[in-house]
Amino acid sequence: MTEPGSQPTSQPAVVDIRGVGKTFGRGSTGLVALQEIDLTIRPGEFISLIGPSGCGKSTLLRLIGDLTSPTVGTVTVNGKPARQARLNREYGMVFQAPVLMDWRSVQRNVELPLEIMGTDRPERERRARAMLDLVELGDFAKAYPWQLSGGMQQRVAIARALVFDPKLILMDEPFGALDEMTRERLNLELMRVWRQTGTTIVFVTHSIPEAVFLSTRVVVMSARPGRISRVVDVDLPQPRTVETRELDRYFEHVTTVREALRRHEGSGEPDDRDIAAIRAEGLA
Amino acid sequence: MTVGGKLGERVRDLLPIVAVAVVVLVSWEVVLGALGVKQFLLPRPSVIAAALVSEWGTLVEGLRYTAIEAVGGLAIGSVIALTVAFATARWVLARETLVPVAIAANSMPIIAFAPITNNWFGTESPASRMTIVAVMVFFPIMVNTVRGLTNVDPSAIELMDSYAASEWQTLRRLRAPNALPYILTAFKVATTLSVIGAVIGEYFGGPRQALGIYITGEATLFRFANAWAAIVLACALGIALYLMVAVAERVLLPWHASGGRTDGPER
Repeated sequence: MTEPGSQPTSQPAVVDIRGVGKTFGRGSTGLVALQEIDLTIRPGEFISLIGPSGCGKSTLLRLIGDLTSPTVGTVTVNGKPARQARLNREYGMVFQAPVLMDWRSVQRNVELPLEIMGTDRPERERRARAMLDLVELGDFAKAYPWQLSGGMQQRVAIARALVFDPKLILMDEPFGALDEMTRERLNLELMRVWRQTGTTIVFVTHSIPEAVFLSTRVVVMSARPGRISRVVDVDLPQPRTVETRELDRYFEHVTTVREALRRHEGSGEPDDRDIAAIRAEGLA
Repeated sequence: MTVGGKLGERVRDLLPIVAVAVVVLVSWEVVLGALGVKQFLLPRPSVIAAALVSEWGTLVEGLRYTAIEAVGGLAIGSVIALTVAFATARWVLARETLVPVAIAANSMPIIAFAPITNNWFGTESPASRMTIVAVMVFFPIMVNTVRGLTNVDPSAIELMDSYAASEWQTLRRLRAPNALPYILTAFKVATTLSVIGAVIGEYFGGPRQALGIYITGEATLFRFANAWAAIVLACALGIALYLMVAVAERVLLPWHASGGRTDGPER
């Protein structure tokens, strides 16, 4: 198990993105979604991708998962091309919607990846049960997805992503559709799961507090074309708890991320008055 | 909940339907009697019931014959429709070539082919009506199945891709179960169509015992109560086939059965 929150430097990268660009369509009508992206993610890190709509953060996540291909540049996962890593089933994916199969019980939904990978039945059942216990849904193994609340469904999706023990989890705004209270509870739960499993997580979000609370590093992106505008190291103590959200350092990081987002919004650089206003808002 | 409780609930659910049926039949009987409507225009329910009893032997033989045509045609048509649907969902080229053909086929008044299928297989052969039924049920089953196989949440496809699932695994674990409610809905339509196709097909010729031939024959001889009795049996056949699909739906779609979900394919 990797020590979470540490800043490993010598370990090989889990994700290595070099000079990546992505253009949808061709020629002069092509839409540049991502440009000149370089990013290295180390084992055990929790990376958030944050930015305005259209900054390509979901596209970047899909590039890591080889669900789409870069127009230029290379994406390496666990030292292999992203495609090979996908074929080796080296990452788990969680979407904004839970994407559970209506016709399968909670237990059988969690077993799905193992079924596809040809794991035998007793092993499948054992591991799915363990994962449901991990997300505290052991009592709902026999329920069908529609019998669960949105937050519970998303916990099933997380259990499903973890069940084959991937070293990398990709999450695309997994809590975006949930109410604030459920979201905060699931953030805590995700932190616990991350500590217990030691996996590396790449997490797309719209929420600045969520990104700061969860991450070891926040990757701030800007739109048109999508670029990385700043990477914020979040040196808040681990484990992150309810108290973390009350630390001064936490608010400072939230402000830093918010300013980084503001700076790249609209046409140009903000003037001093803008910055003062942003400061005031950040302190409020 | 106990089984007895469920049964009680079912009886309570059915009660309004039974009540409406009784009211309709009784007022039909009373109003026609009071107005003195001629028997050949619309016989009273009691007269139709009497015809059902007196003609029972002949009627059941006709029903058996027509049911074989309907079910046989349904079986042939649905096997072809499902095969084509799975092929079109699998191969884009097949979808682009076969679906327009199927749509064109559906816009034809299929019953108009009855004299032609009679020419192919002979008037006496049930294959004439089976062909008509097969063509009639083909379209709703094929179109609904293609929709069910292709109308899949794109995120679910990405999920399967993230597991490097093979096309076969995606078909078996995602597309086919996704299509099942659509297929069953199509079968509900197709069962009703199959009885219509068989009976109307018989109007263009068929062996003496067939239900459609019996209806036209009795009508020609002004024995309308007998014709009505045969129509009642044809309705019963359609309803029985429909209910079989409804039962299959309850067994095959346990996640729908509790009534927790109301969304699904179009009816």
